[in-house]
Amino acid sequence: MMSLPILEITYLVASLTFVIGLKMLSHPDSARRGNLIAAAGMLLAIIATLGLYQSYDPNKLFNYGLILFGLALGTVIGTVMAKRVQMTAMPQMVSFFNGMGGACAALIAIIEYQQHPIATAGFDGALLVMLLGLVIGSVSFSGSMIAYGKLEGKIKDKTLPFNQAANMMLLLVLVGLIIYQLFGAAYPVLFYGLFVIALVYGVLFVMPIGGADMPVVISLLNSFTGMAAAFGGFLYGNKAMLTGGILVGSAGTILTILMCKAMNRSLTNVLLGAFGSAGGAGAKSAEGDQTVREISISDMAVLLSYSQNIVIVPGYGLAVAQAQHICHELEKLLEEKGVEVNYAIHPVAGRMPGHMNVLLAEADVPYERLQEMDEINPRLANTDVVVVIGANDVVNPAAKNDSTSPIYGMPILEVDKAKTVVILKRGMAAGYAGIENELFFYPKTRMLFGDAKDSLQKLASEVKMV
Amino acid sequence: MDQILLYLSANMEMIYFLLLAILLGVEVISNVPAILHTPLMSGANAIHGVVVVGAIIVMLHASPDNYAALSIGFLAVVMGMLNVVGGFVVTDRMLEMFKKKPKKS
Repeated sequence: MMSLPILEITYLVASLTFVIGLKMLSHPDSARRGNLIAAAGMLLAIIATLGLYQSYDPNKLFNYGLILFGLALGTVIGTVMAKRVQMTAMPQMVSFFNGMGGACAALIAIIEYQQHPIATAGFDGALLVMLLGLVIGSVSFSGSMIAYGKLEGKIKDKTLPFNQAANMMLLLVLVGLIIYQLFGAAYPVLFYGLFVIALVYGVLFVMPIGGADMPVVISLLNSFTGMAAAFGGFLYGNKAMLTGGILVGSAGTILTILMCKAMNRSLTNVLLGAFGSAGGAGAKSAEGDQTVREISISDMAVLLSYSQNIVIVPGYGLAVAQAQHICHELEKLLEEKGVEVNYAIHPVAGRMPGHMNVLLAEADVPYERLQEMDEINPRLANTDVVVVIGANDVVNPAAKNDSTSPIYGMPILEVDKAKTVVILKRGMAAGYAGIENELFFYPKTRMLFGDAKDSLQKLASEVKMV
Repeated sequence: MDQILLYLSANMEMIYFLLLAILLGVEVISNVPAILHTPLMSGANAIHGVVVVGAIIVMLHASPDNYAALSIGFLAVVMGMLNVVGGFVVTDRMLEMFKKKPKKS
């Protein structure tokens, strides 16, 4: 029977599709095909495991019916959830699916442990791999669920008393328990204790991190799950699991670092900084006059219609209000009047890097209109009007001027250089970083309060009449 | 100590594999335009769903009267598959929006 080599070759092919798929995902033209190629490789690996695994193991194998049922159930639920989710809720969806993968890895470790003969003497490598898979998978699961809850708005940012100290202690306990089980005594009760502590650690790890930093956390947990999957692969000597897991583990780590760089902060700073809960620090409120100037819809329509060029800065507020379509509508109206309209995309605008691009692409905004921060910043001084829609921290001049500000050093869109700035906002609430924005009080700044979609709709109909 | 060294040398092939795959992951990801960060993260998320293969293997070994293992394993298969299918479908939905449009200018 030649099924063993066929299974091995299938895993090789699957591994290759993962690498190629990931590579293609990093170019706009090939991204979609890359995703499909990786998916095809995955399907191949799953089918081959079901059909050909027999050859590894001369013993009878069981439970085919139950496995197929589980696969079908996962497929149906996964498809429905992924199809139904709103574009704005994408980040938490990714976090949710990531948590599922983490849980899967942890559960595998539990079953393997139950069937693992307890070694009497010496170093037990298989046990180490199980323990690591269990811990990392569990942390990833509970952490992802908290991140999901936070982005859904069901869980508020909260720093528990002595949170950092508790985290440090839990981490030490986790490492200590792993070492003790390897070199001391491997009692089952310790194993399950480790499971519970890892779950708690995941919760406490994500809990104090502010909503604005969730993308970084999701990306980090994503690479955790990759590692957990790789440990599973190590356990079974399964190369497809190893490649998939490690690739995501390292790629996810790099992606996390890229995101941190975009905010000019270190990973440690994100994880320990408790950015979102810093309170109302910052904003030199003593100097300058503190009144904000409002602008009416009709004034703004005139202002926009008679401008040469406009830059729109979209933020999470645009996503929440589902205002991307009407925003594109307004842009087209202004173009017809000969106004040049561009979008300035901050690398971390929205809840995930690239979030705004996805949203605006949904509304059919052409690629060429989307400008990245480094391209647009030098041109902002020659811009007549900047329209900030539901963005806050990414245009806060405090990042440049105020060294005491929690976001000091983060690269921003320098909209304060433009001739006029109009800010669409629901109210005077602070941004995700929880800090004041002095830009609102600048003499050249005008505020337009209200729901972004509502305001833009009124604005569009006014512009038509100008 | 000797035991650890023995374990390492017995698994040397795997360790080579591990290190090379780590470097490969780093290389593949560098120079990604920011607009693709979200789909890329989502695609990578789907790929680590390969852990479902492990869940299938666990279930294949579990004897049909071991109800604890069966129920945990079943849960693992469902969750792993959720990760795979949900991950790929969400990524595809995101990328669908990047479809080519007739260029103006």
